[in-house]
Amino acid sequence: MADDDTRHESPSQTAGPYVHIGCLPNWSGIAGVYAEDPGSRLINADTRGERVSVTGRIFDGDEAPVLDAVIELWQADAGGLYPSPVETRGVADPNFGGWGRVASAFDSGEFRIDTIRPGRVPYPDGRLQAPHINCWIVARGINVGLQTRIYFADESDANAEDPVLASIEPRARVDTLLAQPDAEGAFRFDIHLQGERETVFFDI
Amino acid sequence: MSSEQSRGYLPRDRAWHPPALAPDYKSSRLRSPRQPLLVLPTTLSEESGPVFGHDIIGPRDDDLIHNYAADGHSALGPRILVHGHLRDQSGRAVPNALIEVWQANAAGRYRHPNETYIAPLDPNFGGCGRCLTDADGYYRFLSIQPAPYPWPNGPNSWRPAHIHFSLFGEAFAQRLITQMYFEGDPLIPLCPIVNAIPREDAVDTLIARLDMDAALPMDMLAWRFDLTLRGRAQTYFENRPEGL
Ligand SMILES: [Fe+3]
Repeated sequence: MADDDTRHESPSQTAGPYVHIGCLPNWSGIAGVYAEDPGSRLINADTRGERVSVTGRIFDGDEAPVLDAVIELWQADAGGLYPSPVETRGVADPNFGGWGRVASAFDSGEFRIDTIRPGRVPYPDGRLQAPHINCWIVARGINVGLQTRIYFADESDANAEDPVLASIEPRARVDTLLAQPDAEGAFRFDIHLQGERETVFFDI
Repeated sequence: MSSEQSRGYLPRDRAWHPPALAPDYKSSRLRSPRQPLLVLPTTLSEESGPVFGHDIIGPRDDDLIHNYAADGHSALGPRILVHGHLRDQSGRAVPNALIEVWQANAAGRYRHPNETYIAPLDPNFGGCGRCLTDADGYYRFLSIQPAPYPWPNGPNSWRPAHIHFSLFGEAFAQRLITQMYFEGDPLIPLCPIVNAIPREDAVDTLIARLDMDAALPMDMLAWRFDLTLRGRAQTYFENRPEGL
Protein backbone atom coordinates (compact mmCIF):
# COMPACT_ATOMS: atom_id res chain seq x y z
CA MET A 1 0.00 0.00 0.00
CA ALA A 2 1.81 3.10 -1.18
CA ASP A 3 -1.31 5.19 -0.66
CA ASP A 4 -0.24 8.64 0.58
CA ASP A 5 -3.23 8.86 2.91
CA THR A 6 -1.82 6.11 5.07
CA ARG A 7 0.89 8.40 6.36
CA HIS A 8 -1.56 10.34 8.52
CA GLU A 9 -3.72 9.08 11.34
CA SER A 10 -7.42 9.86 10.89
CA PRO A 11 -7.97 13.19 12.64
CA SER A 12 -9.77 12.96 15.97
CA GLN A 13 -13.15 14.59 16.54
CA THR A 14 -14.98 15.12 19.80
CA ALA A 15 -17.06 12.23 21.11
CA GLY A 16 -19.82 14.79 21.65
CA PRO A 17 -22.50 14.85 24.34
CA TYR A 18 -24.16 11.63 23.17
CA VAL A 19 -21.12 9.33 23.28
CA HIS A 20 -23.08 7.04 25.61
CA ILE A 21 -25.34 5.94 22.76
CA GLY A 22 -22.47 4.22 21.02
CA CYS A 23 -20.27 3.31 23.98
CA LEU A 24 -22.68 2.61 26.87
CA PRO A 25 -26.10 2.22 25.24
CA ASN A 26 -27.81 0.38 28.10
CA TRP A 27 -26.55 2.97 30.59
CA SER A 28 -28.05 5.73 28.40
CA GLY A 29 -31.43 3.98 28.22
CA ILE A 30 -31.12 2.10 24.94
CA ALA A 31 -32.06 -1.42 25.96
CA GLY A 32 -32.17 -4.54 23.90
CA VAL A 33 -29.44 -3.86 21.36
CA TYR A 34 -26.39 -5.08 23.31
CA ALA A 35 -26.76 -7.71 26.05
CA GLU A 36 -24.48 -5.60 28.23
CA ASP A 37 -22.46 -2.43 27.85
CA PRO A 38 -18.88 -3.01 26.73
CA GLY A 39 -16.39 -2.65 29.58
CA SER A 40 -19.02 -2.50 32.31
CA ARG A 41 -17.42 -5.33 34.32
CA LEU A 42 -13.66 -5.35 34.89
CA ILE A 43 -13.66 -8.14 37.46
CA ASN A 44 -15.62 -11.23 38.42
CA ALA A 45 -15.71 -13.42 41.55
CA ASP A 46 -12.66 -15.39 40.41
CA THR A 47 -10.40 -12.47 39.47
CA ARG A 48 -7.15 -12.62 41.42
CA GLY A 49 -5.97 -9.62 43.38
CA GLU A 50 -6.89 -6.96 45.89
CA ARG A 51 -10.26 -5.35 45.20
CA VAL A 52 -10.08 -1.59 44.91
CA SER A 53 -12.60 1.02 43.91
CA VAL A 54 -11.78 4.44 42.53
CA THR A 55 -14.41 7.15 42.55
CA GLY A 56 -14.07 10.68 41.36
CA ARG A 57 -15.29 13.51 39.21
CA ILE A 58 -13.92 15.45 36.28
CA PHE A 59 -13.91 19.24 36.62
CA ASP A 60 -13.82 21.88 33.90
CA GLY A 61 -12.03 25.24 33.99
CA ASP A 62 -14.86 26.75 36.05
CA GLU A 63 -14.54 23.91 38.58
CA ALA A 64 -17.94 22.62 37.46
CA PRO A 65 -18.25 18.83 37.30
CA VAL A 66 -18.37 17.37 33.80
CA LEU A 67 -21.62 15.43 33.54
CA ASP A 68 -21.19 13.79 30.15
CA ALA A 69 -17.72 12.21 30.04
CA VAL A 70 -16.76 8.61 29.37
CA ILE A 71 -13.51 7.24 30.80
CA GLU A 72 -11.84 4.14 29.46
CA LEU A 73 -9.43 2.17 31.56
CA TRP A 74 -6.66 -0.24 30.70
CA GLN A 75 -4.52 -1.94 33.32
CA ALA A 76 -2.41 -4.99 34.07
CA ASP A 77 -3.65 -7.84 36.24
CA ALA A 78 -2.56 -8.34 39.85
CA GLY A 79 0.65 -10.00 38.66
CA GLY A 80 1.54 -7.13 36.34
CA LEU A 81 0.58 -8.96 33.13
CA TYR A 82 -1.58 -7.54 30.35
CA PRO A 83 -4.26 -9.72 28.76
CA SER A 84 -2.94 -8.84 25.31
CA PRO A 85 -1.20 -10.64 22.44
CA VAL A 86 1.84 -8.37 22.90
CA GLU A 87 2.32 -9.66 26.45
CA THR A 88 5.35 -11.97 26.24
CA ARG A 89 6.23 -12.35 29.93
CA GLY A 90 3.47 -14.78 30.87
CA VAL A 91 -0.24 -15.39 30.66
CA ALA A 92 -2.54 -12.90 32.36
CA ASP A 93 -5.35 -13.90 34.72
CA PRO A 94 -8.09 -15.39 32.49
CA ASN A 95 -10.68 -13.81 34.81
CA PHE A 96 -9.43 -10.30 34.18
CA GLY A 97 -9.99 -8.48 30.90
CA GLY A 98 -7.99 -5.38 31.82
CA TRP A 99 -10.29 -2.99 29.98
CA GLY A 100 -13.19 -1.01 31.39
CA ARG A 101 -15.44 1.87 30.55
CA VAL A 102 -17.27 4.14 33.00
CA ALA A 103 -19.36 7.27 32.60
CA SER A 104 -19.74 10.39 34.71
CA ALA A 105 -23.20 10.33 36.25
CA PHE A 106 -25.58 12.72 34.48
CA ASP A 107 -26.59 14.35 37.80
CA SER A 108 -23.43 14.45 39.97
CA GLY A 109 -20.65 13.76 37.52
CA GLU A 110 -19.32 10.99 39.74
CA PHE A 111 -17.72 7.93 38.16
CA ARG A 112 -16.86 4.70 39.92
CA ILE A 113 -14.34 2.05 38.91
CA ASP A 114 -14.46 -1.38 40.55
CA THR A 115 -11.27 -3.25 39.79
CA ILE A 116 -8.19 -4.88 41.31
CA ARG A 117 -4.92 -3.22 42.21
CA PRO A 118 -2.67 -3.74 39.18
CA GLY A 119 0.80 -5.24 39.42
CA ARG A 120 3.95 -3.55 38.18
CA VAL A 121 4.91 -3.63 34.51
CA PRO A 122 8.25 -2.70 32.97
CA TYR A 123 9.19 0.55 31.28
CA PRO A 124 10.93 0.03 27.89
CA ASP A 125 14.36 0.06 29.57
CA GLY A 126 13.37 -2.65 32.03
CA ARG A 127 12.82 -0.51 35.12
CA LEU A 128 9.51 -1.26 36.82
CA GLN A 129 6.65 1.19 36.64
CA ALA A 130 4.50 1.68 39.72
CA PRO A 131 0.99 0.16 39.69
CA HIS A 132 -1.16 2.33 37.47
CA ILE A 133 -4.35 2.38 35.44
CA ASN A 134 -4.21 4.01 32.02
CA CYS A 135 -7.17 6.34 31.42
CA TRP A 136 -8.54 7.79 28.23
CA ILE A 137 -11.14 10.55 28.65
CA VAL A 138 -13.60 11.64 25.99
CA ALA A 139 -16.50 14.10 26.16
CA ARG A 140 -18.14 17.04 24.48
CA GLY A 141 -15.52 19.78 24.17
CA ILE A 142 -12.57 17.36 24.18
CA ASN A 143 -11.22 17.31 20.63
CA VAL A 144 -8.66 14.54 21.13
CA GLY A 145 -9.17 11.92 23.85
CA LEU A 146 -7.06 12.79 26.91
CA GLN A 147 -4.59 10.23 28.19
CA THR A 148 -3.69 10.14 31.85
CA ARG A 149 -2.88 7.56 34.52
CA ILE A 150 -4.22 6.72 37.95
CA TYR A 151 -1.46 5.86 40.43
CA PHE A 152 -2.08 4.92 44.07
CA ALA A 153 -0.89 7.28 46.80
CA ASP A 154 -0.24 4.37 49.19
CA GLU A 155 2.43 2.93 46.83
CA SER A 156 5.03 5.50 47.83
CA ASP A 157 8.10 3.28 47.27
CA ALA A 158 6.98 2.13 43.83
CA ASN A 159 5.84 5.62 42.89
CA ALA A 160 9.25 7.02 43.82
CA GLU A 161 10.86 4.66 41.27
CA ASP A 162 8.34 5.17 38.49
CA PRO A 163 9.96 6.56 35.32
CA VAL A 164 6.77 8.22 34.12
CA LEU A 165 6.12 10.01 37.41
CA ALA A 166 9.82 10.93 37.49
CA SER A 167 9.47 12.87 34.24
CA ILE A 168 6.79 15.22 35.60
CA GLU A 169 7.77 18.85 36.17
CA PRO A 170 7.04 20.77 38.27
CA ARG A 171 7.07 18.01 40.90
CA ALA A 172 3.94 19.33 42.59
CA ARG A 173 1.94 18.12 39.59
CA VAL A 174 2.75 14.47 40.41
CA ASP A 175 -0.02 14.66 43.03
CA THR A 176 -2.60 15.12 40.27
CA LEU A 177 -2.03 11.46 39.28
CA LEU A 178 -2.30 9.97 42.78
CA ALA A 179 -5.56 8.38 43.84
CA GLN A 180 -5.92 9.07 47.55
CA PRO A 181 -7.02 6.34 49.99
CA ASP A 182 -10.49 7.11 51.27
CA ALA A 183 -11.73 4.03 53.09
CA GLU A 184 -10.55 0.41 53.09
CA GLY A 185 -9.96 -0.49 49.45
CA ALA A 186 -11.52 2.75 48.28
CA PHE A 187 -9.69 5.57 46.54
CA ARG A 188 -10.63 9.04 45.39
CA PHE A 189 -9.33 10.42 42.09
CA ASP A 190 -10.56 13.74 40.73
CA ILE A 191 -9.51 14.98 37.31
CA HIS A 192 -9.11 18.68 36.52
CA LEU A 193 -9.17 19.58 32.84
CA GLN A 194 -7.91 23.12 33.45
CA GLY A 195 -6.77 25.48 36.15
CA GLU A 196 -4.38 25.42 39.07
CA ARG A 197 -4.90 21.74 39.74
CA GLU A 198 -4.84 20.69 36.07
CA THR A 199 -4.20 16.95 35.82
CA VAL A 200 -1.09 15.81 33.98
CA PHE A 201 -2.12 14.55 30.54
CA PHE A 202 0.22 12.59 28.31
CA ASP A 203 1.16 12.49 24.69
CA ILE A 204 2.30 8.90 24.93
CA MET B 1 13.26 -5.57 27.24
CA SER B 2 15.41 -5.59 24.09
CA SER B 3 14.86 -2.91 21.51
CA GLU B 4 13.84 -5.54 18.93
CA GLN B 5 10.82 -6.40 21.07
CA SER B 6 9.65 -2.83 21.33
CA ARG B 7 6.35 -2.07 19.68
CA GLY B 8 6.63 1.66 20.21
CA TYR B 9 4.11 3.85 18.41
CA LEU B 10 4.67 6.96 16.36
CA PRO B 11 3.88 10.14 18.26
CA ARG B 12 0.58 11.75 17.31
CA ASP B 13 0.99 14.54 14.76
CA ARG B 14 -0.70 17.26 16.81
CA ALA B 15 -0.73 19.65 13.84
CA TRP B 16 -2.96 17.19 11.99
CA HIS B 17 -5.45 16.75 14.86
CA PRO B 18 -7.60 19.56 16.22
CA PRO B 19 -5.95 21.48 19.07
CA ALA B 20 -7.46 21.03 22.55
CA LEU B 21 -8.67 24.64 22.50
CA ALA B 22 -10.65 25.62 19.42
CA PRO B 23 -12.45 28.80 20.60
CA ASP B 24 -15.15 28.69 17.90
CA TYR B 25 -16.16 25.32 19.34
CA LYS B 26 -17.39 26.77 22.61
CA SER B 27 -17.37 23.58 24.68
CA SER B 28 -13.61 23.30 24.18
CA ARG B 29 -12.94 26.54 26.06
CA LEU B 30 -13.40 25.16 29.58
CA ARG B 31 -12.53 21.58 28.77
CA SER B 32 -9.12 22.03 27.16
CA PRO B 33 -5.96 21.42 29.17
CA ARG B 34 -3.72 24.51 29.11
CA GLN B 35 -0.48 22.84 30.19
CA PRO B 36 1.46 21.14 27.39
CA LEU B 37 0.91 17.39 27.17
CA LEU B 38 3.78 15.42 28.70
CA VAL B 39 5.47 13.72 25.75
CA LEU B 40 6.80 10.25 26.53
CA PRO B 41 7.64 7.13 24.53
CA THR B 42 4.96 4.46 24.67
CA THR B 43 5.42 1.72 27.25
CA LEU B 44 3.90 -1.74 27.41
CA SER B 45 0.89 -0.07 29.06
CA GLU B 46 0.10 1.80 25.84
CA GLU B 47 1.46 -0.79 23.39
CA SER B 48 -0.97 -3.44 24.63
CA GLY B 49 -4.72 -3.20 24.41
CA PRO B 50 -7.96 -5.12 24.80
CA VAL B 51 -8.88 -7.85 22.35
CA PHE B 52 -12.48 -8.26 21.26
CA GLY B 53 -13.78 -11.48 19.80
CA HIS B 54 -16.71 -12.29 17.58
CA ASP B 55 -18.52 -13.54 20.70
CA ILE B 56 -19.44 -9.98 21.72
CA ILE B 57 -20.95 -9.14 18.34
CA GLY B 58 -24.66 -9.98 18.13
CA PRO B 59 -26.28 -10.91 14.81
CA ARG B 60 -27.85 -7.46 14.30
CA ASP B 61 -25.17 -5.28 15.88
CA ASP B 62 -24.03 -4.13 12.42
CA ASP B 63 -27.55 -3.41 11.20
CA LEU B 64 -28.83 -0.14 12.68
CA ILE B 65 -31.85 -0.35 10.39
CA HIS B 66 -33.14 -3.31 12.39
CA ASN B 67 -31.24 -3.69 15.66
CA TYR B 68 -33.69 -1.53 17.65
CA ALA B 69 -36.76 -2.04 15.46
CA ALA B 70 -39.84 -4.02 16.43
CA ASP B 71 -40.23 -7.33 14.62
CA GLY B 72 -41.22 -6.73 11.04
CA HIS B 73 -40.33 -3.04 11.21
CA SER B 74 -37.31 -1.00 10.19
CA ALA B 75 -35.91 2.44 10.86
CA LEU B 76 -37.18 5.38 8.80
CA GLY B 77 -34.89 7.15 6.39
CA PRO B 78 -32.70 6.52 3.38
CA ARG B 79 -31.07 3.11 3.78
CA ILE B 80 -27.27 3.21 3.56
CA LEU B 81 -24.36 0.82 3.62
CA VAL B 82 -21.14 2.22 5.09
CA HIS B 83 -17.91 0.36 4.47
CA GLY B 84 -14.20 0.90 4.32
CA HIS B 85 -10.71 -0.19 5.20
CA LEU B 86 -8.93 0.20 8.51
CA ARG B 87 -5.16 0.42 8.31
CA ASP B 88 -2.33 1.92 10.33
CA GLN B 89 0.04 4.67 9.31
CA SER B 90 2.37 2.25 7.55
CA GLY B 91 -0.54 0.94 5.52
CA ARG B 92 -0.89 -2.39 7.34
CA ALA B 93 -4.47 -3.63 7.57
CA VAL B 94 -5.85 -3.74 11.13
CA PRO B 95 -7.87 -6.97 11.43
CA ASN B 96 -10.37 -7.86 14.21
CA ALA B 97 -10.66 -4.24 15.31
CA LEU B 98 -13.83 -3.22 17.13
CA ILE B 99 -15.63 -0.30 15.49
CA GLU B 100 -18.54 1.26 17.41
CA VAL B 101 -20.82 3.80 15.74
CA TRP B 102 -23.61 6.10 16.89
CA GLN B 103 -25.72 8.67 15.12
CA ALA B 104 -28.87 10.78 15.00
CA ASN B 105 -31.93 9.45 13.21
CA ALA B 106 -33.26 10.54 9.81
CA ALA B 107 -34.81 13.63 11.45
CA GLY B 108 -31.58 14.67 13.21
CA ARG B 109 -32.63 13.52 16.67
CA TYR B 110 -30.60 11.36 19.07
CA ARG B 111 -32.08 8.78 21.41
CA HIS B 112 -30.45 10.21 24.53
CA PRO B 113 -31.65 11.55 27.92
CA ASN B 114 -29.99 14.95 27.34
CA GLU B 115 -31.30 15.45 23.79
CA THR B 116 -33.64 18.44 23.44
CA TYR B 117 -34.14 18.87 19.67
CA ILE B 118 -37.82 19.08 18.65
CA ALA B 119 -37.43 16.65 15.75
CA PRO B 120 -39.20 13.33 16.40
CA LEU B 121 -37.72 10.11 17.70
CA ASP B 122 -38.12 7.11 15.43
CA PRO B 123 -39.52 4.30 17.60
CA ASN B 124 -37.63 1.81 15.43
CA PHE B 125 -34.20 3.46 15.59
CA GLY B 126 -31.76 3.24 18.51
CA GLY B 127 -28.74 4.78 16.84
CA CYS B 128 -25.93 2.46 17.98
CA GLY B 129 -24.11 -0.36 16.25
CA ARG B 130 -20.77 -2.13 16.06
CA CYS B 131 -18.74 -4.47 13.95
CA LEU B 132 -15.29 -6.02 13.75
CA THR B 133 -12.92 -5.54 10.84
CA ASP B 134 -12.30 -8.76 8.90
CA ALA B 135 -8.94 -10.49 8.43
CA ASP B 136 -8.01 -7.91 5.78
CA GLY B 137 -9.09 -4.86 7.77
CA TYR B 138 -12.42 -4.26 6.04
CA TYR B 139 -15.62 -3.32 7.89
CA ARG B 140 -19.23 -2.80 6.90
CA PHE B 141 -22.47 -1.81 8.59
CA LEU B 142 -25.99 -0.85 7.54
CA SER B 143 -27.86 2.20 8.74
CA ILE B 144 -30.07 5.07 7.68
CA GLN B 145 -28.81 8.46 6.51
CA PRO B 146 -28.66 10.73 9.57
CA ALA B 147 -29.94 14.30 9.19
CA PRO B 148 -28.10 17.49 10.13
CA TYR B 149 -29.18 19.02 13.46
CA PRO B 150 -28.93 22.36 15.26
CA TRP B 151 -26.84 22.70 18.42
CA PRO B 152 -26.30 25.42 21.02
CA ASN B 153 -22.87 26.72 20.02
CA GLY B 154 -23.43 29.96 18.13
CA PRO B 155 -26.74 31.67 17.32
CA ASN B 156 -27.36 29.42 14.30
CA SER B 157 -25.04 26.41 14.49
CA TRP B 158 -25.84 23.20 12.64
CA ARG B 159 -23.90 19.98 12.54
CA PRO B 160 -23.43 18.45 9.09
CA ALA B 161 -24.87 14.95 8.81
CA HIS B 162 -22.37 12.64 10.50
CA ILE B 163 -21.78 9.26 12.09
CA HIS B 164 -19.61 9.00 15.21
CA PHE B 165 -16.91 6.32 15.06
CA SER B 166 -15.01 4.75 17.96
CA LEU B 167 -12.01 2.65 16.94
CA PHE B 168 -9.82 0.14 18.74
CA GLY B 169 -6.56 -1.00 17.22
CA GLU B 170 -4.13 -3.48 18.72
CA ALA B 171 -2.83 -1.00 21.29
CA PHE B 172 -4.41 1.39 23.77
CA ALA B 173 -2.15 4.05 22.17
CA GLN B 174 -4.23 3.75 18.99
CA ARG B 175 -7.57 4.49 20.64
CA LEU B 176 -9.46 7.00 18.53
CA ILE B 177 -12.89 8.61 18.29
CA THR B 178 -13.79 10.57 15.19
CA GLN B 179 -16.72 11.43 12.93
CA MET B 180 -17.63 10.54 9.36
CA TYR B 181 -19.17 13.19 7.10
CA PHE B 182 -20.94 12.77 3.77
CA GLU B 183 -19.47 13.99 0.47
CA GLY B 184 -21.28 17.04 -0.85
CA ASP B 185 -22.81 18.21 2.44
CA PRO B 186 -22.76 22.05 2.33
CA LEU B 187 -22.72 22.23 6.14
CA ILE B 188 -19.26 20.65 6.43
CA PRO B 189 -17.25 23.88 5.89
CA LEU B 190 -19.55 25.79 8.27
CA CYS B 191 -19.07 23.48 11.26
CA PRO B 192 -16.87 24.68 14.16
CA ILE B 193 -16.14 21.07 15.17
CA VAL B 194 -14.96 20.24 11.66
CA ASN B 195 -13.07 23.52 11.46
CA ALA B 196 -11.22 22.74 14.67
CA ILE B 197 -9.13 20.52 12.40
CA PRO B 198 -6.42 22.88 11.17
CA ARG B 199 -5.85 21.43 7.71
CA GLU B 200 -8.31 21.05 4.87
CA ASP B 201 -6.60 17.89 3.62
CA ALA B 202 -7.07 16.39 7.07
CA VAL B 203 -10.79 17.26 7.02
CA ASP B 204 -11.04 15.65 3.60
CA THR B 205 -10.03 12.27 5.07
CA LEU B 206 -13.17 12.36 7.26
CA ILE B 207 -15.54 12.78 4.29
CA ALA B 208 -17.02 9.51 3.04
CA ARG B 209 -17.38 9.11 -0.71
CA LEU B 210 -20.53 7.95 -2.46
CA ASP B 211 -19.65 4.47 -3.74
CA MET B 212 -22.02 3.43 -6.51
CA ASP B 213 -20.11 0.19 -7.10
CA ALA B 214 -21.01 -0.97 -3.59
CA ALA B 215 -24.61 0.31 -3.67
CA LEU B 216 -27.29 -2.39 -3.57
CA PRO B 217 -29.64 -1.70 -6.53
CA MET B 218 -33.24 -0.96 -5.50
CA ASP B 219 -32.15 -1.23 -1.84
CA MET B 220 -29.47 1.12 -0.51
CA LEU B 221 -26.73 3.56 -1.44
CA ALA B 222 -23.19 2.92 -0.23
CA TRP B 223 -20.58 5.22 1.29
CA ARG B 224 -16.88 4.42 1.43
CA PHE B 225 -14.97 5.60 4.50
CA ASP B 226 -11.39 4.47 5.13
CA LEU B 227 -9.70 5.07 8.48
CA THR B 228 -6.10 5.17 9.66
CA LEU B 229 -4.82 4.40 13.15
CA ARG B 230 -1.48 5.32 14.72
CA GLY B 231 1.38 3.22 13.36
CA ARG B 232 4.41 1.70 14.96
CA ALA B 233 7.77 3.44 15.07
CA GLN B 234 9.67 0.22 14.47
CA THR B 235 12.63 1.70 12.64
CA TYR B 236 13.11 4.40 15.22
CA PHE B 237 12.89 2.01 18.10
CA GLU B 238 15.16 -0.62 16.57
CA ASN B 239 17.88 1.95 16.02
CA ARG B 240 17.70 3.73 19.31
CA PRO B 241 20.22 2.99 22.03
CA GLU B 242 19.03 0.71 24.82
CA GLY B 243 17.35 2.63 27.59
CA LEU B 244 16.73 5.85 25.71
FE1 LIG C 1 -23.38 14.05 16.73
